[in-house]
This record gives sequence, structure tokens and C-alpha cells, in this order.
Amino acid sequence: MSDPALLSNSYRTQPDDRGHFGQFGGRFVAETLMPLILDLEREYRAAQADPAFAQEFDDLLEHYVGRPSPLYFAERLTAAIRAGSEPGKGAQIWFKRDELNHTGAHKINNCIGQILLARRMGKTRIIAETGAGQHGVATATVCARFGLPCVIYMGAKDVERQQPNVFRMKLLGAEVIPVTSGANTLKDAMNEALRDWVANVHDTFYIIGTAAGPHPYPELVRDFQSVIGKEARAQMLARIDRLPDLLVAAIGGGSNAIGLFHPFLDDPDVKMLGVEAAGEGLERKHAASLAGGFPGILHGNRTYLLQDDDGQIAEAHSISAGLDYPGIGPEHAWLKETGRVDYTSATDQEALDAFQLLCRTEGIIPALEPSHAIAAVTKKAREMDENQIILANLCGRGDKDIFTVAEALGVEI
Amino acid sequence: MTRLSNAFAKGHPALVAFVTAGDPGRFATGPILDALVEGGADVIELGMPFTDPMADGPAIQTANLRSLAAGTTTADILAIAMAFRQRHPTVPLVLMGYANPMTRRGADWFAERCKEAGVDGVICVDIPPEEDDSLGPALRGNGIDLIRLATPTTDSARLPQVLDGASGFLYYVSVAGITGKQQAVQASIEEAVARLKAATNLPVAVGFGVRTPDQAAAIARVADGVVVGSAIVELVGEYGKDAAEPVRAYIESLAGAIRAARKEMA
Repeated sequence: MSDPALLSNSYRTQPDDRGHFGQFGGRFVAETLMPLILDLEREYRAAQADPAFAQEFDDLLEHYVGRPSPLYFAERLTAAIRAGSEPGKGAQIWFKRDELNHTGAHKINNCIGQILLARRMGKTRIIAETGAGQHGVATATVCARFGLPCVIYMGAKDVERQQPNVFRMKLLGAEVIPVTSGANTLKDAMNEALRDWVANVHDTFYIIGTAAGPHPYPELVRDFQSVIGKEARAQMLARIDRLPDLLVAAIGGGSNAIGLFHPFLDDPDVKMLGVEAAGEGLERKHAASLAGGFPGILHGNRTYLLQDDDGQIAEAHSISAGLDYPGIGPEHAWLKETGRVDYTSATDQEALDAFQLLCRTEGIIPALEPSHAIAAVTKKAREMDENQIILANLCGRGDKDIFTVAEALGVEI
Repeated sequence: MTRLSNAFAKGHPALVAFVTAGDPGRFATGPILDALVEGGADVIELGMPFTDPMADGPAIQTANLRSLAAGTTTADILAIAMAFRQRHPTVPLVLMGYANPMTRRGADWFAERCKEAGVDGVICVDIPPEEDDSLGPALRGNGIDLIRLATPTTDSARLPQVLDGASGFLYYVSVAGITGKQQAVQASIEEAVARLKAATNLPVAVGFGVRTPDQAAAIARVADGVVVGSAIVELVGEYGKDAAEPVRAYIESLAGAIRAARKEMA
């Protein structure tokens, strides 16, 4: 085995001290930002060693975010899948209910952690990018909670399709700047946030919303989101005294997935499946960087990217604005290459079908992002035995998506 | 002596002129490059367009998009460089751009193509020294300078790392920000250039936000080179395929101011 990372027999020791996950990750930023990235890493190491930091983080997650989130056995969804399966098939489907968090998604876990870091560093202004608006809402929320000014960059196209979240951010006191450069979506919002940051390095902290970007962001976002997997692992053991057979989560940048997966990576009997957005299909417009991309360098890290032969970044497409990104977090790129995690994809249509199925069987309106995971769950559950267990991350609620879904279903509201 | 070192040894500070390759189309760039040389540019900086130019301001962003919309490919850029080399055997040409287009087919592939095209140096915005284990070595192995960037945030503890492996010249980004927006305070430039020159024998060229002949002259009094980019790219945006003459006239005004500035000091 040539990969030294694997010699330790652990998948949980990444990244190395340069922020590399195998050949992925790293710190590909302009020189102006480099000293700041190094400062951030130093401050994060200090915070990790400081029990008061963990205590404040845990306290806010419990009393402000509402953690732990429930672990829920989806009995009627399981029964519905079994009804259409071979006898003896149809795994039990469980959900980690991160859509019940304050602000309605897993994004807040990371924002709490990062704003505490920003305060430690004495930064007085917060910026962030957002796609679906969930990370923007979560960032605006923690900025209101801690009294810091907040600027959110959002692709002009996403501003159009996520109006409820734009209004929420404004209610919370954030300034929302529609980005009209490039393709007007998430990657362009990230470019614009980086441009703001480079011009305001002295007072500004950039709260990146997914487990991507220059080191140490992929690591610290993963660590803050790992509360999902740590809780789920303990809850599974407490409830049924066993671990799940398969974990499933949707992937845009991949923060909810890495948060669920990471605490289980060294449990050899737990399989994992990340679900990318296949949009209109992998042969057409999609956002599945692992399935349809190649390794490259964008937004501070080396990872799989949708790109052409000249290295120009391609436009992603997904019905879910939160998955509409042409890259993926570098740890997922590494986990794919090592084979520890399997990756698949679900189309817009499959996600819409899964969205409606969950509404009707469980009385839960999921966001379009986890609807991709649910689509994969319904396929996988049919192939698995009745005594097996799937645990999927329900990483966001669907209130923000009802207009998009209505339009896709041809309903006027 | 290389073409680059010669350009910084002419007895006056070098004017480094930037233009985006393939803007507004791949056949437009040759005449614009000729106009830069004719106007008095000492070093040509040819921008490689990228879909996501996150260190650039609106002027160069839109130039990148115009170029890509016109279908400019990496092969086109290398062909533009090679044709320039044939027309101007002694004028140094530096490619500037982002990591992904430069490394897409491998650092060695890119470095070899640069050598074939007669490229003298490469500036890569988003490969800091910490990540430079393939592009820098590949370029140096092909006799091409890797031109490093120093910024207002590059402190003296970090500077040796930036200088390690740097050659050709050192590019001082005088503003913590993006291209073409604000201009730096002259005093801060003077202080920074003095600090950099104490640490390296490489020529120091100063860029970001330089627009007028007066600004260029002020920088020329303290630095070895002045980089002008967004102002040229804006002329290309305004005049399109007829940009060569206005670009030539503008470069002439900058070159005159730079040469006069150093004479005043002599």
C-alpha cells in the first residue's frame, strides 16, 4: 500500500499537516490570503486544545440549535418500500433528523463553530456564500446572535429561486449581495466572497459553508459537522444496540455527508453511500463532480471538478440549489479513491419522486438536497434484507423548496 | 542574460503590460501585443482566461468571459505566444493565470508547451509556495522563470519562502484586494519595495491599481518595474478589435512617464 495515510489503519487521521487528503485538498489561494489561512489554522489548533471552546460550542448546539437531533425509524416509508420488494427484502430506514435544527438544516452546526473561531480571532465582520440559502440563513442567524455585521454573496439566479431564504437573511439583518458575474450561481458567489475577503483580510472572517475550500476549512467544517455522526452512532447503539449497515447522505460540497460518515469511517461493517445530484441525467446537465468530473484546482483545494479539457469550469445543474456546485469537498474525493465510501447519483426527477414519497408516508417535507439521498435509499433498501438497517441524513427541511417543487410539478401557488 | 533580465537592465524601469489572450477574439490579440511593444512595453504579460478568476476585478473578469465566449482555448493562447515570439525575438513574454488551466494536462505538459512557444516566465495566482511541488519544478526544468507574488500581507517571516524558487522578477501586489480596483498609497509602496529589495536581488515590479502616467512615474522612481493591466484591458473592452491604436497611444504615455521619472533621479 503506497498511501501512507492508510498505514495507520485509520480513515480518520486526515488531512496531513499541509491539509492534504492524499492528492486532494491543500491551500491553493492567492498570496494575500495565505498568511490569513495560516492564522486560521493556528487559531483552530488553539481552539481544539481549549476545553472552553468545546464547552461553548456544545452549549450553543444544545440550547440554541436544539441538539441532539432525533434519530427516527421511518416505519411507513420502510413498509412502503417492502410492499414493492421481493419477500424478505426491504431494509429498515432510519433518519437522522437534522432538519429539525434551528434554521432548518445542518448548516447551523458549522456556523456556530466558525463564528466562535471568528470571535477568538478578533474579527468584526462576517462574509459567506450561499447557494440554496440555508448556509446564508445559518450565517445570518449566528451573526445576529453575536451582533456581527454580515454580508452574504448569492448568485443572482439563486436569489430568484430562493426568495424565502433571501427574505429570511434580510430579516436577520444580513446584507444579501446578488452576484451577476459568471453563471450567477454558487461557484460565482464563492468567487465574489473570496474577492471580498482578499480586500478585507484584516477585519473579515469568511464562514465557508461546506467541507471544501483551502485548508483548514475542509477539516474544521467536517469536525463541526461530525456532531451529526457522533450523535447518530451513540443513538443507534442506545436504541437498538447495533450500528447501521449503510449510511446515506446527499452531497453538494459534502458537509452533511462527511459529518455523518466521519465518526463511522473506522467501523468496517458500516458501508457508506454519498449521493450526488445527477440533474437532468449524467449524459446531460448535472452536478455530479465525482461521477462526471476530473481532479483539478478551484476555490483553494484540489478535488474532482466538472471541467473541460482546458480546465475551464463547467456549469453545474441541479433542481436543488444547494447541490448546484461543480466541485466537491476534498475528503470525499479521497474517500472515493480509497474505496471506503461509495458514491452514486440521483436525478432531479428521482429527487422529486422521493420528496413526495416522504411527504406522504412520513409527514415530513424534506429539502430537495436530502431528497436525493432518499431517492438512493429507496433503491438500496429494496436490495437489502429486512433485518438490515439504513441510516440516512435528513439534512434539511423543505419549506424553502415548495415553490420550486410546485413549479416542477406544474402547480400554480 | 535572459530576455527577462535584459528587460530589467535597460537603464530605465520596465513597463510590464498585461492583456487577456483571446479578448475579444483570438485574432485580435496579435495586433494588440504588437501595439504594446510599439508603445514601449518592456515585458508582455499575457493573461490566460479562466472561468473563475477570483483574484480579478470586474475589468479583467469580463475580459476573461469575452475571451472564453469567443472560444479561446489553451492551444490558441500558446499559438498567440509562439507567433509573438516569431515577430518579437527579444521581447520577454510572461503567461499569467490560474492553476487549473495551467495544470489540467499536467505541469510538465504545460511547461514543455511554454518552452516551445518561447514563453519566458509564468505567474500563477493560486499556487502559493506551500503547494508548488510540481508547477515550479516543471517550469524551472524547462528554463522558464516562475514569477512569485509578494503582497502587503507577506510578512518578513514568510518572505524567504516566497523568494525560494522565485526567478525572473518579483511581482509586488501593492493592494490587498483584486485587480483594477483601488490604488495603493505611494508611501506604502516605497516601504514595501525597500523591504523586498533588501531581501532579494531579483528586480521588483509593482502592480495592482496602476492607471495613470503620474502613478506609473511615481512607482518607477522606487521600483524596477511597473505593471499595468486593467486599464489596458478596459481599452480592449471599449474598442474591441480596433483597440490596437488606442492601446499603443496609452502605453506610449506610460512608457514616456516611466522613462522621464528615472531621468529626473539621475
